Amino acid sequence: MLNKIKLIIAREYLTRVKKKSFIIMTFLGPIFMAALMMVPYWLATKDRDLQRIEVIDETGLFLDAFENTSELQFKDGHEPIIKAKAKLYESDYTAILHIEEISKGSEVKIYYKKQPGFTTISKIERKIEGVIRSAEIQRRFNVNKDQMSKIQPNISVKPISIDVDGQEESKSVAIMSGVGYFAAILIYFFVFMYGIQIMRGVIEEKTSRIVEIIISSVKPFELMMGKIVGIALVGLTQFLLWSILTSVVYSIIMSVFGGDVESVSQTTELLKEAGAKGMENPLKLLKDGVQSLPLVQIFLSFLFYFIGGYLLYGALLAAIGAAVDSEADTQQFMLPVTIPLLFSIMVAQIIVDDPDGALAFWLSLCPLTSPIVMMVRVPFGGVEVWELILSMILLILGFLGTTWVAAKIYRTGILMYGKKITYKELWKWLFYKG
Amino acid sequence: MDLLHVKRVYKSYGEHKALHNLSLHVKEQSIFGLLGPNGAGKTTLIRIINQITGPDRGEIIFQKEKLAPKHIPQIGYLPEERGLYKKMKVGEQALYLAQLKGMNKPEAKQKLKFWFEKFEIDGWWDKKIEELSKGMAQKVQFITTVLHEPKLLILDEPFSGFDPINTNLIKKEILELREKGSTIIFSTHNMESVEEICDDIALINKSKKILEGKVVDVKEAYKSNVFEIVFVGNMIAFSTALWTAFEILEKKQVDNRIHVKIRANKSSDVNELLQVIVNQVQVISVHEITPSMNDIFIQKVQEVMPETLEEEKEVGVE
Repeated sequence: MLNKIKLIIAREYLTRVKKKSFIIMTFLGPIFMAALMMVPYWLATKDRDLQRIEVIDETGLFLDAFENTSELQFKDGHEPIIKAKAKLYESDYTAILHIEEISKGSEVKIYYKKQPGFTTISKIERKIEGVIRSAEIQRRFNVNKDQMSKIQPNISVKPISIDVDGQEESKSVAIMSGVGYFAAILIYFFVFMYGIQIMRGVIEEKTSRIVEIIISSVKPFELMMGKIVGIALVGLTQFLLWSILTSVVYSIIMSVFGGDVESVSQTTELLKEAGAKGMENPLKLLKDGVQSLPLVQIFLSFLFYFIGGYLLYGALLAAIGAAVDSEADTQQFMLPVTIPLLFSIMVAQIIVDDPDGALAFWLSLCPLTSPIVMMVRVPFGGVEVWELILSMILLILGFLGTTWVAAKIYRTGILMYGKKITYKELWKWLFYKG
Repeated sequence: MDLLHVKRVYKSYGEHKALHNLSLHVKEQSIFGLLGPNGAGKTTLIRIINQITGPDRGEIIFQKEKLAPKHIPQIGYLPEERGLYKKMKVGEQALYLAQLKGMNKPEAKQKLKFWFEKFEIDGWWDKKIEELSKGMAQKVQFITTVLHEPKLLILDEPFSGFDPINTNLIKKEILELREKGSTIIFSTHNMESVEEICDDIALINKSKKILEGKVVDVKEAYKSNVFEIVFVGNMIAFSTALWTAFEILEKKQVDNRIHVKIRANKSSDVNELLQVIVNQVQVISVHEITPSMNDIFIQKVQEVMPETLEEEKEVGVE
């Protein structure tokens, strides 16, 4: 019997892995992933949106008010605006900021030859507002610049958790949410992509009418499980190949462009800038953030929920495939299966905001939502061990439950042709004797 | 000796009774015709014998043992609704199905080579099923059914999709397999082929067996003692020669020949009749009109269920 399941798994696996589409996807996937990883890097290292702005200030309030940054360089101009505008194309300036008068709601114009980005404009707006505010405060309350800077402290809040033993640990919410999201989305895609393949495979066997020949040799349950496991192995192979190829492609690209002097100097400049603002070194922050994550727990629970979620939904999708005659008929049954998955991805945002709240707690116990919701929660480290174990046990029970239901539906469904299947009908199938 | 004994089998799907107290004996090395209208329960019975599904009550005895999963390699099944993986190559697919029946790879390969040559399809090994015609695919299916040399072969409408040449080829193979020791259960609506190749039959209708026996015995039991006599001569002379033991059913003249159908009483002897009429007319031929299996089938089914055949619409689970 085990031999036959092996045969089925081997067939399911080999026919898919040998397909052209699998090979193409295997090679295109990493290129796509590498591109995704490269884009932020490329954005960070490419020539920034450097604007050299001439400030024509007719109010006199903004003398040296604008700080230069790596992206924005300001220089006070002392000529009339008409002259400055006329000279714009001969000068090095990319734009002219013209502050004519200041009153509530007045407009400040920026003339440009190089389009300023949205962030540039809002930075300038904020700066002007800030200058006006402090000028007004200085005027009304008669304080000087030094005193002003004291009442504009630059504060950031750093969350530090204390455990029962008094151990303190600082965590980066951004990194925790990022890791949680990433894991959840991977699970979501895996369940969807390969779950649908199970369903298609079952429909293929049914419509090609080979299924009756096969189940005269093996039990329907063996055929179903062989298919689910075979396709899981296809998925794992694809992911494995992807991660190997992605890291190869990534490291090749990094070795070609990574040693680039300019980018290094720009990065250090960025760091200096950050340091000047009293922030911690962002790389150190990233390193600390990752180190503070419960990495082993994340990895193990990812593996568990990844496979558990796939098996749970895979069984249901196999049952749907067995109940219908063609893929077009799957809609009515797909909806209740896809809703919990979509729902989990949608509430992930709420879970990130309140990873140990009541919603997060209950959804991470329910087997239909736990593979995704629990993965969002785990990186935050607030999940108690008993919660995790309970959730895992429930997922296993859920998987056994859906498999039992699926096996019943599958067994009857694969031999049923040309009949419009209703939920009532499916319910009856659960009670047919073998 | 019985190869297969179906003992008082019951099976229902929800409210629907598929089989009701059904018993059958299938003799070893015989061809057994399993007949019945659509929805009678044939496929359900076949699926029970194949252990695709189990009976609610009753049991199946296979070679003096209770039917169990270990018997699967000894049974070959060609279902009515049959197909193959469209995208898979013929050879790979045949090997896969053979291995599922418990054969090892080299053995299966060797036997496949033999059958492919026999059916003159050895060039197809690397073709995909979707490239073949329906008839060609049927050949491949037949081979995968018999490849593991099963003791019991179950063929459900084996000739559907075949042209007359291939039908004959398969018929020949079926008879040959019986000679080699296989027992064949043959389910069909094609009554001609039943008369031609079956040794025994069982007729199932509305989940019950309504007729069973040797084909010759069944036909004997259903003969109506009608004879057709063709002669040249005077019709009046002919009819006066008949006595009360015979009844003229119909007569017609074709050219100078007269065709007469007569029914004989149980006690009467056609030989005696002939002795009388040969002196009156010139007899060309005499033959007994026996009912075809087709006639028996229709008569029997309608007898049990005179209302209508329409009632059994629920053919989802036959």
